[in-house]
Amino acid sequence: MQAITIRKRPTEEAIVTHRKFFKKTVRGMVIKVLRERYLRDDVGCGIQGCRLCKGFPLMNGEFTTLPPDGDVDHPAFPTGHFLLPDTNVFLSQMDLLESALFKPPVILLQTVLEEVRHRSLPLFNRLKALTKSDEKRVWVFYNEYRSETAVIREDNETPNDRNDRGIRTATSWYSAHLSLSQGHIRSSSQKKKPSVILLTEDAANRKKAETQGIVTMSVRHYVEGMKEDEKKPQLLDLLAAVSEEIEPTRASAAVTGAKSALYPDYLPTATLLAGIKSGDLHQGHFNANQYNYLEGEVSTPAFSKPILLQGRENMNRAVQSDIVVVEVFPETEWSAPADEVVDQDSTLRNDDAESSADERDEDETNDEVLNRERRLFAKEQKAKHRKAKERQPTGKVVGIIKRNWRAYVCHIDSTSLTSSNLTSLSLQTVFATPVSRLLPRIRLRTRQAPSLLGQKILVTVDRWEVTSRYPEGHFVRALGKAESKEAEQESLLLEFEVPYRPFGRAVLDCLPKEGDSWVVPPKTSGSNEWQGREDLRNLIICSIDPPNCQDIDDALHARPLPNGNIEAGVHIADVSNFVLPETPMDNEAASRGTTVYLVDKRIDMLPSLLGTNLCSLRPFVERLAFSAIWEMTPDADIINVRFTKSVIASKAAFTYEEAQMRKDDPHMQDELTQSIRLLNQLAQKLKARRMAAGALNLASPEVKIHLDSSESSDPIDVEQKELRETNSLVEEFMLLANVSVAQKIQEAFPQTAVLRRHMPPPKTNFEKLQDLLLKRKGLKLEISSSGALAASLDQCLDPKEPAFNTLVRIMATRCMLSAEYFCSGMVSRDTFGHYGLASSIYTHFTSPIRRYADVLAHRQLAAAIGYTPLHASLHSKQYVARVVDVVNRRHRMAQMAGRASVEFYVGLALKHRNERETLPATEEAFVIRAFRNGLGVFVSKLGLEGLVMFKRDIQFDAENYMITVPGAQDTTIAVFDKVVVRIEVEKDKNTQRGRVKMTLVHPVDSSSI
Amino acid sequence: MGSRVEVLNDHGYRSDGRRQFELRDIGIDLSQQNFADGSAIISHGLTQVLVSVLGPREAKSRSQTIHDRANINVELNVAAFSTGERRRRSKNDKRILEMAAAIRSTFEPVIQTNLFPRSQIDIYVQVLQQDGGVLQTCINGTTLALINAGIPLNDFACAITCGAHSTSPLLDLSLLEENDLPHMTIAMLPKTGRVTLVTMETRLHVDRFEELLGLALEAGNVLHEEMKLAIDKRSRTLVAAMKITWPGVGEDLVEKDFDH
Repeated sequence: MQAITIRKRPTEEAIVTHRKFFKKTVRGMVIKVLRERYLRDDVGCGIQGCRLCKGFPLMNGEFTTLPPDGDVDHPAFPTGHFLLPDTNVFLSQMDLLESALFKPPVILLQTVLEEVRHRSLPLFNRLKALTKSDEKRVWVFYNEYRSETAVIREDNETPNDRNDRGIRTATSWYSAHLSLSQGHIRSSSQKKKPSVILLTEDAANRKKAETQGIVTMSVRHYVEGMKEDEKKPQLLDLLAAVSEEIEPTRASAAVTGAKSALYPDYLPTATLLAGIKSGDLHQGHFNANQYNYLEGEVSTPAFSKPILLQGRENMNRAVQSDIVVVEVFPETEWSAPADEVVDQDSTLRNDDAESSADERDEDETNDEVLNRERRLFAKEQKAKHRKAKERQPTGKVVGIIKRNWRAYVCHIDSTSLTSSNLTSLSLQTVFATPVSRLLPRIRLRTRQAPSLLGQKILVTVDRWEVTSRYPEGHFVRALGKAESKEAEQESLLLEFEVPYRPFGRAVLDCLPKEGDSWVVPPKTSGSNEWQGREDLRNLIICSIDPPNCQDIDDALHARPLPNGNIEAGVHIADVSNFVLPETPMDNEAASRGTTVYLVDKRIDMLPSLLGTNLCSLRPFVERLAFSAIWEMTPDADIINVRFTKSVIASKAAFTYEEAQMRKDDPHMQDELTQSIRLLNQLAQKLKARRMAAGALNLASPEVKIHLDSSESSDPIDVEQKELRETNSLVEEFMLLANVSVAQKIQEAFPQTAVLRRHMPPPKTNFEKLQDLLLKRKGLKLEISSSGALAASLDQCLDPKEPAFNTLVRIMATRCMLSAEYFCSGMVSRDTFGHYGLASSIYTHFTSPIRRYADVLAHRQLAAAIGYTPLHASLHSKQYVARVVDVVNRRHRMAQMAGRASVEFYVGLALKHRNERETLPATEEAFVIRAFRNGLGVFVSKLGLEGLVMFKRDIQFDAENYMITVPGAQDTTIAVFDKVVVRIEVEKDKNTQRGRVKMTLVHPVDSSSI
Repeated sequence: MGSRVEVLNDHGYRSDGRRQFELRDIGIDLSQQNFADGSAIISHGLTQVLVSVLGPREAKSRSQTIHDRANINVELNVAAFSTGERRRRSKNDKRILEMAAAIRSTFEPVIQTNLFPRSQIDIYVQVLQQDGGVLQTCINGTTLALINAGIPLNDFACAITCGAHSTSPLLDLSLLEENDLPHMTIAMLPKTGRVTLVTMETRLHVDRFEELLGLALEAGNVLHEEMKLAIDKRSRTLVAAMKITWPGVGEDLVEKDFDH
């Protein structure tokens, strides 16, 4: 251990050793801060074998890094040289210095290091990594601690000038030091000493240095003068363009009183409301663009296309899903969406969490970022004129009606930390990067930043001031280690606002007292349960579901009638018998809206006793049901339909596969199999009729995750879901039941019936796809009606590519609106239709265990057939509309959560696969979008959409949706082309977020571009 | 701005240019302050404290009289100008009272109070400048002032602050370091190696504690040497001064007088 000593500081040195400065507090008070500085003589120069610095204390594992002769490769300095760059070099030319090709030994001054740290922490962290890397020869010289090189700020000297002077002083010292240390020994060999070159972009600084006899150069000059070899052009490419007049390094300007506003203020509420009323302003939900964080859209009824918001100022602090008020620019200023991927993480990589929160207002970093953004923005503006056709209304946000902020799942950005030391208790300002790409980074202040690194955390946004580039928030709680299944699962649920708490006492009290021993009571005349119920226990009923299905809510039967017709029945679990209106269980189910299925977890809408037991139509037990029974001709024409509450006893629970096998096996001739065959015949006819009526056959990329075992739930592989005839059988009968029920309840309750509709998509939604198909494949997409669309989708074939049709269907699906529940009294009769199913009326009736809308439909149907009176709440249009709104939202969220869960597991599966195999997975993919600097691709085998990014610009033809990769042979890739991509899962360094990274393998390898 | 400074950088320098085990500059002034019986101005780096000792003298009130020993009364006052931000602290500020109590309990086993029954020793501590390690400075200053006042002590009380940056211990923390690191202040008696005070306001890992304590004890010894030197120097000045005032008096006498 080193000895404990007292560092003596002579009083006469006080002027040099005290650092005095003023700082301004948040409240605007000015404080004088006095700091000590101890000057020493044992700060090493870092040159190997230096006589004078021998024996100076070094940290463990540290050794002098600079070769004694410096670098002798540069033709201008045959005697060898060391580089001593100033701050601006590191701020602007970091890429060059980081390059493995850039070899000269570098002396990094403490003054420079601290200035870089002050300007940009991310850059500082890169610089620090540089000093530690083995390939680089960088020595940090603590010039401010060495007595000869320490400088103090003089009167009328800006901090910037002082630093420059310090750098020059240190450079001269090094020169002198070199001659002293080498002079005596080498004098015999007459070898000249190596020189120390001050690298600076600042011409004024260079001039001053020259008068002091310091060798100085600009970076460009230095690199241009390098030896001609193959690496020189590459280094020249890395040089960032720096304008000659450089901005001062530090806030040379006096500390200005107020921080400058980055955003315009919002208009007062009264003005907003008046504007909306008069039609001058428009209100709508703000939707951020997930590919470009500087763009967003607001859909309003006034325009057929959404209003485009471009640039930070025009988006004016709107966050995804806020209700905003927009002012639309005159038509001449309208613009088209950008065709470039702008990634927030990489663009703002060097932005500083603290800079604008700093008590000393330093705006240069801000300016830098703004400039960069402005450049991107300008690029877009150029594109604006070219694409007149794609132009859409453009505007700016002038006010916010309602913030829809909630807690967001985030990661701490590790580069924004000032200290990642675990014992550090200091308050740090850091960035939290939300998991969702739609959200801006959030700035928060926390004392536990180091321990939160690598964790998923929950952050709420508190405010977004006009002076702050980022919204400010606070830490709520940690969810656990990123990429652990528990944390990811919880973060998914939180991210999509799925209520996942266990059911409360009050809810559980609503369950039947008998618990799981509840059975249908024996049939007696006095029995309550049996009143008004039909006894269908002797019917041959079976259920067909996916494997491992526990909540069986539908069962079917069919039998020939003596008159030659066929009786077909759909039996749905009678949930409304257990879930009575206005009970805690009912309220809970209404607020949950739907059961959420994640890959490895199900979040139930109803307590599992009901869902998986009492209501579930399990085989061999008597269960209460709600039945819809049709009499049909063998051609599947409906003669009549009746609905009844019933008691059934299912005879079998099949999986789709089992049912299919049974049906196909000619040896099976039992009643059950016959009934399945009968159902299948009817279903095929029903489907044919539906298709003839113009129903769409849409596709969505559904995949199935194979789990290792139920305990470990490690994904092994991913495969696409297989569809069998029996899937379609069940589907057809469910559709039939839903349509029949919809007609019935709409008849009985024209004002409050709970129905489901799918609005026809606006024509403009298809424009892009139509254009794409026409230009790339010469195909025409007819969208005048759903029938026409269905027919033209069938024509979208590529004989060489069977998957092409599915791809087009997926893309067409994305152009459509989503289906929604509604209350029949709230919209006009002619908008009831279901576009996708080509049905004039539709509802959901068949899954009351997992969807709340079905429970409402059950109640209304029960009242319609006179089984029970309708509960008072269902007579109120407003009540139904409110419930239905919640259910719609929950439904949407549940879908997204499910998809995100699948995505996460696909990622995990890929990772596992990559670990098992030596080569990263490669898959075939279709190009679905082209950007100026990337391609959107879709891997149908994995149902995975991804982005291939190119580091540098390639030739991009927006008109023809294609890019050209220059090379020995130019390769063009266009939308719909089949490519091969390499899929890797890499951990994002900053956010700890595992993300799928795709690179092209064929036709060109994109890893180098 | 504070968080922008690296407490201990990769090359082993602290933010003020010291290394891990280097203490700040110590300035000791033992010259007479008007009416006090003994006083000391001590500075550890930029932290500066003036301690005045009055007594032993008759206790002010009966209630403060202890029949078999002297009562120690510590009053601490933090000057409003001692920090960058001007802030007046009342005498009854909880933190100030706590610190005064810590000083008092540190010196209770050190001062030979049994020699002065029914009397009182007043220690007035005035914090003039703060830059971390205030308690440490107060205790060291009090030791010196008590010696200067000629009050019999069992030993010096040497106090030192140490903290842990990750796994590296740091000695004599400045304000900047104190705000960032878990730290503790100890007061030790160099002759016996006993510890009369350990205070900790932040959470420190138990594995670090032993290491820090050992290190602080060693640093205490270094401080002891420094304080002894200052006392020695002061005594020599006094003796030299006496020589001038009474030219006839022989050197042996002065020495004898001092010993007495």
